[in-house]
Amino acid sequence: MKKLLTTVAAGAMLATPAFADLMFPDLSYRTGPFAAGGIPFSDGYQDYFTLLNQRDGGIGGVPVRVVECETAYNTERGVECYEATKGDGALVYQPLSTGITYQLIPRATADGIPLHTMGYGRTSAVNGEIFSHVFNYPANYWDAASVMINVLLEENGGSLEGKTITLLYHNSAYGREPIRTLETLAAQHGFTLTQIAVDSPGQEQGNQWLQIRRERPDYVLFWGWGVMNQVAIQEAINIRYPLENFIGNWWAGADHDVASAGEAAAGYRALNMNRLGDMPVFAEIQQHVIDAGLAAGDGTNLGSVLYTRGMYAAMLAAEAARTAQEIHGVGDITPAMMRDGMEALVMTNARMEELGMPGVGPEFAVSCADHGGTGQAIMTQWNGTEWVTLTDFISPDDSVTGPLVLEDSAAYAAEAGIEARTCPAS
Amino acid sequence: MFYREAGDFKTSYTADNQTFPIRFDRYRYYIVLAIGAGIIPFVITDYWASAILIPFVIYAIAAIGLNILTGYCGQVSLGTGGFMAVGAYTSYKLMTAFPGLDMITITLLSGAMTAMVGLAFGLPSLRIKGFYLAVATLAAQFFLVWVFNKVPWFYNYSASGQINAPERLILGQAVTGPNAEAWAKYLFCLLFLFVLAWVARNLTRGAMGRQWMAIRDMDIAAEIIGVNPLKAKLSAFAVSSFYVGISGALLFTVYLGAVEVGEAYGIQKSFLVLFMIIIGGLGSIFGSFAGAAFMVLLPVALKVLLVDTMGWDTALATHFQFVIVGFLIMFFLIVEPHGLARLWALMKEKLRLWPFPH
Repeated sequence: MKKLLTTVAAGAMLATPAFADLMFPDLSYRTGPFAAGGIPFSDGYQDYFTLLNQRDGGIGGVPVRVVECETAYNTERGVECYEATKGDGALVYQPLSTGITYQLIPRATADGIPLHTMGYGRTSAVNGEIFSHVFNYPANYWDAASVMINVLLEENGGSLEGKTITLLYHNSAYGREPIRTLETLAAQHGFTLTQIAVDSPGQEQGNQWLQIRRERPDYVLFWGWGVMNQVAIQEAINIRYPLENFIGNWWAGADHDVASAGEAAAGYRALNMNRLGDMPVFAEIQQHVIDAGLAAGDGTNLGSVLYTRGMYAAMLAAEAARTAQEIHGVGDITPAMMRDGMEALVMTNARMEELGMPGVGPEFAVSCADHGGTGQAIMTQWNGTEWVTLTDFISPDDSVTGPLVLEDSAAYAAEAGIEARTCPAS
Repeated sequence: MFYREAGDFKTSYTADNQTFPIRFDRYRYYIVLAIGAGIIPFVITDYWASAILIPFVIYAIAAIGLNILTGYCGQVSLGTGGFMAVGAYTSYKLMTAFPGLDMITITLLSGAMTAMVGLAFGLPSLRIKGFYLAVATLAAQFFLVWVFNKVPWFYNYSASGQINAPERLILGQAVTGPNAEAWAKYLFCLLFLFVLAWVARNLTRGAMGRQWMAIRDMDIAAEIIGVNPLKAKLSAFAVSSFYVGISGALLFTVYLGAVEVGEAYGIQKSFLVLFMIIIGGLGSIFGSFAGAAFMVLLPVALKVLLVDTMGWDTALATHFQFVIVGFLIMFFLIVEPHGLARLWALMKEKLRLWPFPH
């Protein structure tokens, strides 16, 4: 035991390098039942930073260092990763797990390190007056739920009166997030909402689909992740549920989710918070990163749905760091400066085009009070061989999500004893 | 040579019956205690606290609890995760319902509540044993997790079903919540571990522990010599659940701070604690400590060694860790079923005789 302790101590000392670079921790998961989604995301996240290092010499002339830490989607491992890397000058954490996000919100806030939970995590973190260090732009789950209902409203001539909609969700904080919004929307638009939970990791969904087959809801909205997605899509095919009416959120619409079912899954739809398709930046990553042998993974994920999203997350982080450098006039920024940069982040179409990824995400501006972006999302569809984009960015119904955000964040503030900041009126 | 017994005379039954009869051993224990309580709190960092020491202390409590039931009383249980969840949710409900209640009372009440639940799930043990009992406790595991997911009252109707530990103070020092200092959290858990380990040690070598062991070794023979199986089995379930409940409560309130029942208290937790007592040593308090330390340290040590020092791929290192843990469990089951505790005892035996092995 003593030897083991010595090894740990020696390793911990060795692992403390010098500063003077921008450190972005990558809490990835390349193992376990969620690895299929974790691998391409992490590859995209790291490859974009490698591209910046190779092509531009970092951000604003300061090289970027990415430290990867395997969490296996497990909260305890996530906390360990956070504690192991935070003293190393970590600028922003992107845990890619709602469970780990809930762990890190109070810790990161106390430590003054920003947290970017892009399209996941605690939805009410949109309220910057209460969640000073948590950002979830460009969109969150309540936006996703609202966008889905907006799409269905449009398809049904503006009325969902008398329709039945089933929410099939991962039985965790992640899957439960949209329930409140959907309940509110159900009351507003007069559809019947039924909820069916699938326990993690979700390889076994026989009972749930038996219920769907019996009830034949008009639509099934789907909040799944990891191995659960493939199983659900296969089950939907097995019971001959019309796949056009089976709609996943943006964590249930990646290539590997439908690849095993292939042609049979044609028609399945899913939301996406960022755009798909070929972009100039991919060629640059191919040239500077993959061909140079510096890729985080084996390079085969380039351009896939989650790779693109990981790259998009890295781009937003890099842009926020650049904004922070401009605000404070220094290259080697601190986590506190990074937070200011994230709060002042403005994404325009012109800038995205300049970065070689035109229209990759919606245009938005973060502010002190609003950490959530516009909440817009696109609808995509699997045609049997690839994902195709069906729509332009669709806005959520802010009049529904807004009051829910205020209510939930106020409850959090009361529970955690937080004084709300007052933001200047924008 | 070491562990010299010469000159270490016992003149009373009390002296002869103490936990550490050899003077050298006793001093070593005091030194460990002094370092644990007197030095570590001053040098502890956030990383050491949350990656190694606090999980070790908390899991040691759980391992002692399971060891009482499985190691001492012979009742196999796979419900540890579920019982830990009972402790955590009791703490949560008490913390939110009675903000004025202090953490020590809350934690003890959580243990007491878990003891009652454990008692209920221990009832089948009067009729069934071995594999069948393991299945019954497995049912407890799934049932409890399902209940905490299903009934919104347990998580105060929060939108996501997560529970969050609010900040609570002891003597003006926060021990839960994000602002709690590492040393305060560590000392708070250590206090529980110290008292509980002491109590467990003395319970297991007293009349009650002898009854448990008699039931474990041969229940019919035990009944013939006058052990009441009802009392012995149910008391083992109650005491064991009390310990497990406290560790579950501490895991939530002090260590994690926010918990999702299926993830934090799933079947994985039951297996983890079971592996701890298998590797550490069944029927041994020291074994519970050794097993907990081993299972908490191993992933961190492997990560530091393989990823940070040798620059391996994180995924490869994690997969490698599964292989090592699996191999170790097989190794211990085949070569040394009494675990690390037995290896430690053998080593002590050898050191006592050294340098004359015969």
